[in-house]
Amino acid sequence: MTDNEFIWRIAGGSGDGIASTSQNFAKALMRSGLDVFTHRHYPSRIRGGHTYTEVRAAAEPVKSRGDGYNFLLALGDSFARNPQEDAYYGNEEIKPLSENLDELREGGVIVYDSGLLDASEIEDFDARVEENNWHVYDIDLRNMARDVGREVMRNTAGVGVTCALAGIDLHWIEELMSDAMPDKILEPNLDILNQAHDMMLEEYDIDAVDVTVPEGSHDEEQVLMSGSDAIAYGSLDEGCRFISGYPMTPWTEVFTILSQNLPKVGGISEQVEDEIAAAALAVGASHAGAKAMSGSSGGGFALMSEPLGLAEMTETPVVLIEAMRAGPSTGMPTKPEQADLEHVLYTSQGDSQRVVFAPGTVEEAYTQTRKAFKIAYEYQIPAIVLYDQKLGGELVSLPASHFDEEPNPSLGSTLTEAELAEAPHDESGKYSRFQHDVEDGVSPRSIPGQKGGRFLATGNEHTPEGHIAESTANRVAQMDRRTQKLEAIHEELASQGDTHQTHYGPDEATYGLMTFGSQQGTVEEAVDMLNDQGYSTKALGVSDMAPYPAEEVTEFIESVDEVLVIEMNASAQFRGLTQKELGQYGEKLSSLLKYNGNPFEPLDIVEGFKTTIIEGSELSGAETKFVPAAGD
Amino acid sequence: MSAFSAIGDGQPTDQDDYTPELEPQATWCPGCGDFGVLKALKGAAEELGRSPEEMLLCTGIGCSGKLNSYFDSYGFHTIHGRSLPVARAAKVTNPGVEVIAAGGDGDGYGIGGNHFMHTARENHDMTYIVFNNEIFGLTKGQTSPTSPKGHKSKTQPSGSAKEPLRPLSLSLNAGASYVARTAAVNPNQAKEILVEAMEHDGFAHVDFLTQCPTWNKDAKQYVPYIDVNDSDDYEFDKTDRREASDMMAETETALHEGKVLTGRYYVDDSRPSYGQEKRAIGEMPEEPLAERYFDDSYEWERSADLFLDKHK
Repeated sequence: MTDNEFIWRIAGGSGDGIASTSQNFAKALMRSGLDVFTHRHYPSRIRGGHTYTEVRAAAEPVKSRGDGYNFLLALGDSFARNPQEDAYYGNEEIKPLSENLDELREGGVIVYDSGLLDASEIEDFDARVEENNWHVYDIDLRNMARDVGREVMRNTAGVGVTCALAGIDLHWIEELMSDAMPDKILEPNLDILNQAHDMMLEEYDIDAVDVTVPEGSHDEEQVLMSGSDAIAYGSLDEGCRFISGYPMTPWTEVFTILSQNLPKVGGISEQVEDEIAAAALAVGASHAGAKAMSGSSGGGFALMSEPLGLAEMTETPVVLIEAMRAGPSTGMPTKPEQADLEHVLYTSQGDSQRVVFAPGTVEEAYTQTRKAFKIAYEYQIPAIVLYDQKLGGELVSLPASHFDEEPNPSLGSTLTEAELAEAPHDESGKYSRFQHDVEDGVSPRSIPGQKGGRFLATGNEHTPEGHIAESTANRVAQMDRRTQKLEAIHEELASQGDTHQTHYGPDEATYGLMTFGSQQGTVEEAVDMLNDQGYSTKALGVSDMAPYPAEEVTEFIESVDEVLVIEMNASAQFRGLTQKELGQYGEKLSSLLKYNGNPFEPLDIVEGFKTTIIEGSELSGAETKFVPAAGD
Repeated sequence: MSAFSAIGDGQPTDQDDYTPELEPQATWCPGCGDFGVLKALKGAAEELGRSPEEMLLCTGIGCSGKLNSYFDSYGFHTIHGRSLPVARAAKVTNPGVEVIAAGGDGDGYGIGGNHFMHTARENHDMTYIVFNNEIFGLTKGQTSPTSPKGHKSKTQPSGSAKEPLRPLSLSLNAGASYVARTAAVNPNQAKEILVEAMEHDGFAHVDFLTQCPTWNKDAKQYVPYIDVNDSDDYEFDKTDRREASDMMAETETALHEGKVLTGRYYVDDSRPSYGQEKRAIGEMPEEPLAERYFDDSYEWERSADLFLDKHK
């Protein structure tokens, strides 16, 4: 938490335009020179249901949603159930106001649409307002919007009110609306934006409000990008021109971006009957000579186990994307969790032969997706990018230059016809696609239609030409060769100057915080806060799940007295993986877990660390859970 | 110049070209109908002049999956029920390749049934051969989706309570544009049908009756067979959906009454293939996608040029 930051929460019903309004608002603040970070919270419903988005903005880098927030714009749920219907859910219309009060900071601002909401229906509302020194503005946004023409524009009215109260120059918003809106709706939106803004300045006392937007500036041009955007663009820049899939939240975002854009660059998208087919199509497309991908969330990925194993055995390069959400089974479809780590590492029969990256940030989502394709095609192995609803959906401001990269369409270890002519064949003319003794275990492949390249790919164990074979010598030779590829990949990843692991904080520290995937930024903010409070800590965010970066992690653990492992699941899967891979440190690693459907906030980690590691006390409350070190 | 010069190279072929010189010992039992499929396929490929390296044969799991071991071409012996999704992606990626998928009745009508329906619906330009022996052979004789009602096996000790699946009707309703049934004991018809199926521009489904002499002893050798297109006893228009549908229903029922009817049941030459449909809406490139990766002069698009502005 920085002293000078603005965290705006816009709350309403699904379908009220919360996502688009907040996206425009975030981009306007980014253009004004601030770093921004958004957090989405939404139900698994098309219309109605309490949803909100937070936009956090500061002059200095922001890496997480932050702790709590300081400005609420409650629009009211215009799609709430008819009150005449069974009142099982209570009054839903009021929820965007009533459900958001707990995390509003002291001195914060509440703007609510009095056209839809009646604060007197909330128990103790006035008392809480007084106790927390909140500044409340009940504005009939709905009526204002009606007067200008369309009720849906009440979110624009709300933005106008926000700008007046927080001191945001309207021209940033106007500029964005001009870019994003068609002429027909632009004029009335500009009208209501200004009307609402001016009305606040003229008719309300706003001097008491001390929640303002800071000023900042950027050294270079910024873009507002989500993890899903970054994965899609990384795939495209690595020459991926084939995607197959089946819709499932939250993976659908990547699937949608690529389905809309691949055909524009001569690529192919296939929406198919199920995820077994989706992964099998990606395997078929790769086999036939394309850079191909598929993906899903946990439930759909479970169906991909079979084709994933087939890709391992036939050494067909393919990239699969897994967007985690809270499980087991259907779980909580729109809520983040990191509980599919073991699923992704081990699913499918036999010994796993795959690469798994878990990017920690939007930038890493881009670079590691590219790396996944590169490794997959060079080493002929499936590579999986594991992320979650949090990383996929959050919008972050980043330097545009990070994404200004050259494409790499190479098919990796694939031969041309000229090369095939020189390559080994058996007496019948079949190409020796799976040779026993080759460098790094990689035996280059041919593509159907190439002269001199015919071979059999099979999920059975096979001879160098692909014939089904069960001789012990051949089995061991092939198994060892495939395993050798993983060793070579491990070496390549460890030897690159720029590892996928992110070190943060001072070189020397007493305590270590370790995490994987999307919690990285939040952990880094916690490290800053802890060091400010005098607790010597540093952090390691790990992305390489397989092959595991044993040396790098060992070095980190050795460099501190004690390590707290932060992850969003109930069974400490990442800590378990670390202990399994390193074969020690059971006495040194304890866990802070969160699996209630919300990602960690920095203070969860700060307080959890102080309570458990420093004070040795039990955690109170049900938000997070501590699992002490248990020995090897 | 194409990176895939085996495609359409017009090389003369003969049946031996499809026989691996190092042919592994056949695992099919003596008298197995699967030999008939192999022979018919070699004959059809020869007649059409398709060289082994312009063909991709995708199989599933079961005795039928061994087809890849005895037919020399590019091959992909996939997993149980999944030959079709692998095959159809290969077709859209590298459309010049002659793609053939094959599997058994359990593979195609049971575990892979969903893929069968959807591949037929999409009408990919490919041939799908189902080795239909009305039994699970390789796993030693369990009841399959096409086993007759009452069929007893170790896993259905009191006899199957289920009506057998109707493969021809299912295919028609799912959207296949060429549907035929042939039998291993009828090699000439089988070859002719496979030639037509491979030439057909769309999804051609061939239900191939392959007797299993080991596990389906009480089943017939599928003789005598009647070709419904040649017989005077049957008259229908195979280009008419309704007439085709009636003829299929009669054929499926007759099989379990001991009468083996075969032939071409439905042929729709007017329906565009999936590739044509996809190209028509601009969602599939005119040049085969696979060629692009071998084209050094192609200027690959960058996300920065295409998308970065909208994020600024």
